[in-house]
Amino acid sequence: MAKTFKGGLHIDDHKSITASIPISFAEGSDIHVFPLQQHIGAPIEPVVKVGDSVKVGDLIADNPEAFMCVPLHSSVSGVVKAIEPRVHTSGAKVTSIIIENDKLYEKSENLLPKNPDNMTSQEIIKVIRDAGIIGMGGAGFPTHVKLSPSADKKITHVIVNGAECEPYLTSDHRRLLEIPETVIDGLQIVMKALNLKEGYIGIELNKKDAIEVIKKHAPENIKIVSLKTKYPQGAEKQLIYAICGKQVPSGGLPADAGVIVLNVDTVTQISKTFRTGMPLIERIVTMSGDCFNEPKNLLVRMGTSFNDLINICGGFSKQPQKLISGGPMMGIAQYTTDVHVIKTTSAILALSDTGDTFENGSVCIRCGKCVEKCPMKLMPLYLNKFARKEDFESAVKYNILDCIECGICSYLCPGLQSPLVNIRLAKQKIIEHRRKNQK
Amino acid sequence: MENKFIVSSSPHIHKEEKISGIMLDVIIALMPATFMGVYYFGIRAAAVILTAIAASVISEYFYCRFMKKTSSVGDFSAIVTGLLIGLNMPPSVPLWMVVVGSAFAIIIVKMLYGGIGKNFLNPALCARCFMVVAWAGAMTTFVEPLSAMDAVSSATPLSVLKGSEGVLPSVVSAFWGKTAGCIGETSSVAIIAGGIYLLFRRVITWRIPVIMIIVFGVLEYFFGSNTFAVSQLEFTLLHIFSGGLMLGAFFMATDYTTTPTTKMGQIIFGVGCAFITFVIRSFGGYPEGVSFAILLMNLLTPLIDRYTIPKKFGYVKSK
Repeated sequence: MAKTFKGGLHIDDHKSITASIPISFAEGSDIHVFPLQQHIGAPIEPVVKVGDSVKVGDLIADNPEAFMCVPLHSSVSGVVKAIEPRVHTSGAKVTSIIIENDKLYEKSENLLPKNPDNMTSQEIIKVIRDAGIIGMGGAGFPTHVKLSPSADKKITHVIVNGAECEPYLTSDHRRLLEIPETVIDGLQIVMKALNLKEGYIGIELNKKDAIEVIKKHAPENIKIVSLKTKYPQGAEKQLIYAICGKQVPSGGLPADAGVIVLNVDTVTQISKTFRTGMPLIERIVTMSGDCFNEPKNLLVRMGTSFNDLINICGGFSKQPQKLISGGPMMGIAQYTTDVHVIKTTSAILALSDTGDTFENGSVCIRCGKCVEKCPMKLMPLYLNKFARKEDFESAVKYNILDCIECGICSYLCPGLQSPLVNIRLAKQKIIEHRRKNQK
Repeated sequence: MENKFIVSSSPHIHKEEKISGIMLDVIIALMPATFMGVYYFGIRAAAVILTAIAASVISEYFYCRFMKKTSSVGDFSAIVTGLLIGLNMPPSVPLWMVVVGSAFAIIIVKMLYGGIGKNFLNPALCARCFMVVAWAGAMTTFVEPLSAMDAVSSATPLSVLKGSEGVLPSVVSAFWGKTAGCIGETSSVAIIAGGIYLLFRRVITWRIPVIMIIVFGVLEYFFGSNTFAVSQLEFTLLHIFSGGLMLGAFFMATDYTTTPTTKMGQIIFGVGCAFITFVIRSFGGYPEGVSFAILLMNLLTPLIDRYTIPKKFGYVKSK
């Protein structure tokens, strides 16, 4: 029986657009842009200057002082043209390192494969940190931090998240189909670092082919778990509940439940880093939606411009209403195509009709569908009300800070309210307020 | 190519379900009961229903005009209210009373409190109770089903159960609706068909109607004072299939706006409705208690919601 969590719902997944298209390699852009803000945590500083020559895999930014950060590497060879603010996929302008690509793709000499078998946990985790590896599903949490829980937390499970529950996305699906052995190798390296005998890979049942392929490759100590196709099955806490039956305590991290969850792309990268020495410089981007002439799954070098990727897909067949970086439920709408792929860009979606109406007169009819489907068992209709009234005290009492922003409430609302917009804003204000009070 | 994109906060897709669609489903679900009502009580019943719908929609339209608000008629909720009012009328009620009742429901109960989603009482039930109090005679005179042109007055099964003179119908005819009563409430089979449609379309959940009916049945079976020449089971089934219980359970106690949004709250709501209905039918002055039961529970809804906040995912006991 397929495992799952309580709440959530099946959303038309539109994955057939790209599910059967093999991963192809995307040519680099003339100019690559590397925003310094690609992970959650401490900021990093450039270690190159304008005019410096860099090679593929060279370190270009880091912050050796801070634990909660990862370095950044060049994905091309060429010359640093500028270090200046550029539009980031978050919508803000962020200091970025701009490198002119000489298209020779000369590799850095000091990248050597490493054998995890002769390494201690600390050494393995250090390699992962130095390769700039983060959670590539969207949040961008540094992987080495995940792998270094405090001593009082006993880790019992490690899970590779192959749920890929966001509609349209097929990058994890293609990875699992095309290079299952790399995914398994990456997981085994992590298991070694954590001294775990067993590992899990959770995959939604809408990827039956991937489940079969990976089952063939998986050794006995790696369990493949079929998950019900339901959004948000790939949300960390929901995935942990489905596979281990444990709830991550409110306000805590997966490690508090003794679990570590890693994205498919992340474990793939861990394997590549150990076997080839190459740090994180490329990722898979699903190019989908109903507006591309040729939707694709692309292997993309970091810093490639969205414009070039759109051209690789034959341009738009019709004018998109929305251009989204990431999935349609949690991704970020872009206002320009002049942005660049970062470590967390899982997809670029061009959608012609998103059902956005922006009509006046949206109303809550108290249908309770948001309450019934909320995967965190919250009451979005009340959170929405409190957030709009800025009644933060009540909002906190109704557990607003536990919201994972999956978007189901806004997706479902027949009254066309967007609870999540108000909830998100209120959460930010509450957290800011708390920070101020701590100081 | 010059690209202009819409930028908004996630999610970027939306389910194609609107309020008007939900209301349309409710209207469809009420069609079997409407059809059976017109079949049993004739053209006069159709006139009552159409009057109620027209009066409701017109009231809402003119309210919005006068208050300079965008018209909310397009969400079809006024049609649902009107239809429910019509189905809750005795077939012989004067049409002008129906007009007054419908206007009361829409203007006083619904629109003055802010319109759809804001009223705290069920408009159709309020109209019915208002009319029962205002015109007790007309609202409690019922006719025999399938009677010829001259409608023959007849006691409803519930008033017989309450002690009025009359003959108790068989359980089967009560189930099919061949009894005296309000237009849309007599045919349990038609209401259940509509209810199943709503469940199938996921417009309503099973909790309130099923719990309300079962708990009510259990109460009648064990505590109902049966002084008639029928078995206790027949007595219970007559109570369940007669009067407004079925219509109330599936179409009034499931009204979104006036009922709890939490699972536990819905269970409490269903139990409360059943209990109050039982108390009124057994010990009250009225033979019927469903309307009052639901309205009383409507009043408790904000409290029920507040005290049944679900335990959040990842809940930890505070130490």
